[in-house]
Amino acid sequence: MLQIKPILAALKRHKAGTVLIALQIALTLAIVCNALFIISQRLDRVHRPTGLVESDLMAIQNRFVGTEENNAAPLIKADLAALRQLPGVQDVVAVNSYPLRGGGWSTGVRTDVDAKDSKAHTTQYFGDEHTLATMGVRLVEGRNFRSDEIVEADPQAIPDPAAIIVSKALADKMYPDGHALGKTLYIGDSKKPSTIVGIVERLQVPWNGTWSDSFYENSLIQPVQLTSAFTNYLIRAKPGQLGDVLKAAPAALVKVNRMRVIPSDRGVRTFAEVREHAYKGDRGMAILMGVVCLVLLGITAAGIVGLTSFWVGQRRKQIGVRRALGATKHDILSYFLTENLLIGVAGVVIGALLAIAMNLWLVTQYEMARLSVPYVLVGVAALLLLGQGATLAPAMRASRVPPVEATRSV
Amino acid sequence: MSGMFVHNLRLGTNSLRRNPLLTALMIMSIGFGVAASMVTYAVFRAVSGDPIPQKSAQLFAPQIDNRGPQYNREGEPPDALNYTDAMALMRAHKATRQTLLFQVGLSVTPDDAHRMPFKALGYATYGDFFPMFDVPFQYGDGWGAEQDQGREPVVVISRALNQKLFGGENSVGRRLMLEDRQYRIVGVTENWDPKPRFFDMFSGNAYADPPQVYIPFTYAIDQRIDTYGNNNCGSDGKRGNDFDSWLRGECVWISPWVELNTADQVQAFRQFLDGYAEEQRKAGRFNWAPNNRLRDVHAWLDHEHAVPPESRISLSLALGFLLICLVNTIGLLLAKFMRRAPEIGVRRALGASRADIYRQFLAEAAMVGLAGGVLGLVLTGAGMFGVGLVFEPQIARLAHLDISLVALTLLLAIAATVLAAFYPTWRAAQVQPAWQLKSN
Repeated sequence: MLQIKPILAALKRHKAGTVLIALQIALTLAIVCNALFIISQRLDRVHRPTGLVESDLMAIQNRFVGTEENNAAPLIKADLAALRQLPGVQDVVAVNSYPLRGGGWSTGVRTDVDAKDSKAHTTQYFGDEHTLATMGVRLVEGRNFRSDEIVEADPQAIPDPAAIIVSKALADKMYPDGHALGKTLYIGDSKKPSTIVGIVERLQVPWNGTWSDSFYENSLIQPVQLTSAFTNYLIRAKPGQLGDVLKAAPAALVKVNRMRVIPSDRGVRTFAEVREHAYKGDRGMAILMGVVCLVLLGITAAGIVGLTSFWVGQRRKQIGVRRALGATKHDILSYFLTENLLIGVAGVVIGALLAIAMNLWLVTQYEMARLSVPYVLVGVAALLLLGQGATLAPAMRASRVPPVEATRSV
Repeated sequence: MSGMFVHNLRLGTNSLRRNPLLTALMIMSIGFGVAASMVTYAVFRAVSGDPIPQKSAQLFAPQIDNRGPQYNREGEPPDALNYTDAMALMRAHKATRQTLLFQVGLSVTPDDAHRMPFKALGYATYGDFFPMFDVPFQYGDGWGAEQDQGREPVVVISRALNQKLFGGENSVGRRLMLEDRQYRIVGVTENWDPKPRFFDMFSGNAYADPPQVYIPFTYAIDQRIDTYGNNNCGSDGKRGNDFDSWLRGECVWISPWVELNTADQVQAFRQFLDGYAEEQRKAGRFNWAPNNRLRDVHAWLDHEHAVPPESRISLSLALGFLLICLVNTIGLLLAKFMRRAPEIGVRRALGASRADIYRQFLAEAAMVGLAGGVLGLVLTGAGMFGVGLVFEPQIARLAHLDISLVALTLLLAIAATVLAAFYPTWRAAQVQPAWQLKSN
């Protein structure tokens, strides 16, 4: 603003302190920008909707013992019947996987039978006509499976289905004109077409790692009841009765047949628990980065306070002289604030370059997106404000130095 | 000399007391910086350690390209073998010891009818597994080549499983029901759980819970026990409709390991692999040049990215953090030391040499570093509870505060602070006695 020249002249006499503050601001900016960026990316991921109605929903992981690996159809049927009879249960389905579970099936799909490469990657869910209602996914076009379309199949020999339901994301990817309903898809390297009979608004894949980001809403449901000894029951409780069902359901299963393993760790979970577990790492990373940012900003502010205090102490006599020669308190205050602003601007310019360099390095090392400009701008603004705030207290003290100081020796 | 040192320390303490705010800022800065570095380093150390230091240079994971270039990522052959190649490796018997393994998940049905069945995870492998990986035994021993060839239902169980089933007694010779088959227990291992579990990186079990059962590979194949771990059939590859076509197919799911004790042996084994691939090419199975790998434990862990990305990111972040804290400390020390320019002037005028000034101020910095280190230790301890937020519990469990970490924390804090103090001290030592006295 005013008196930039004398400030620069003064800074030349305090090169070390000036460089240190600028360097600290630059490094802090570089780290804070990247940390903020990582936080926002993680939070975006955490807030992605699954497409399910997640309240009143629970999952049981079940594995039958002492039966042949892929011959559990009658046992699954008995389980489903027992679960449906429970008073608090609204609907049940036995599926191979569900969103956020962590493990599941995936395959390529083609629209052209002769195409060598698949057009999109998708997850495969296998379930009967209760799948949509139990999950609570919204059908936006077409129809649900009919019970006569459901087939039982060994997971190692699944017949290509005549009818499938796909997520809107997959439908749009395969048929960008928006008319996917009634059209056909080829699953994997199959030669037999499957007709899209229904499209659901949204259905996430079972994974939430970065590797599945490119197809995280591409899902297809096949009208197949797997006969595998390993299965997952998804249970929708009647509103408000989840707590009761959470206890009653595993007990009912054990009553039907004791020869099964329901893991004590995460074998029975509400969907809220499924979600929490799936995003634990992302949430933790966001918290860690947040803490690091706060501590860093605190330390940088402390450093600025310390050095500015030192300068004020050193220049008491000069301040006194200026005051005696007619400078107002406001002049002194703005002198120190301007000085800090100059250093701060130098720091953030270097810092912005460092932030971009650091991000580029992270991009080459880890699967990470490019830093976008707004984050750098937010960081720049934050650090300049922080610098001004940290300077304020010592600068106020400087402005209170009385003119009489000029006449005193130390 | 040591009297002088104590004197310098006393001077330092007095000076630090005179300026409590500045001192507190410095100590906090060092403390936070060191703690952040140490917490992340503890995790990094836990995940990047050598799981089998005594043998990591002698154990190798062979890889054979059975799919061809169009399916490979960056030219790398698959990370496991299919059944055909795995069997060829065992039959050739070219190494000192060799084993194959795949993960199995078997239901244990306790004799006591009131107890629920539960799942025990472990491996189907060959008898060489135990001496190769130096598996320690509480009771009994592993099985031998005879049981492998005889395809016998024998089992080695972990100490934890033995505790659960037999109350920790010597159970060697007793029977165990796994799924619907009866096995004879031949050995009980000690608690053995190398981290990362280098031998089963393929199924993503680097930090999984310890294995509980080991059964002969040959018996598992006879009984058509499916893998509980990964099975990779390539892009759009089909597993086949039954167990036998799966065994004949090109899906990879078996992790092979060989022990090679000399450089010559390693060389010979490489030649064997290439010869085998060439043979397969002539037979028409492979239509590409031999593309094999033979990595030792270190190279294998590197290839499999055993260190999770979170750990690397947070370690580099923490080092940046420490750097900022140090820059901060340099600034604060500079302010602190230069504020005492008059005092330095007087000392110099009274005959103190530059070296004396150096000693005095570096000692003072060391005090700050020590205090920062102690604060850093407290914060590191607190941070250890926080690692579970970021890392998988299996990994978080591995990070712990031990003597070496405590020593390292203190050392890092002191060394970093003294290093940071060099410039401010040099500036302090430049103070001219005459100039200072005059201006006063």
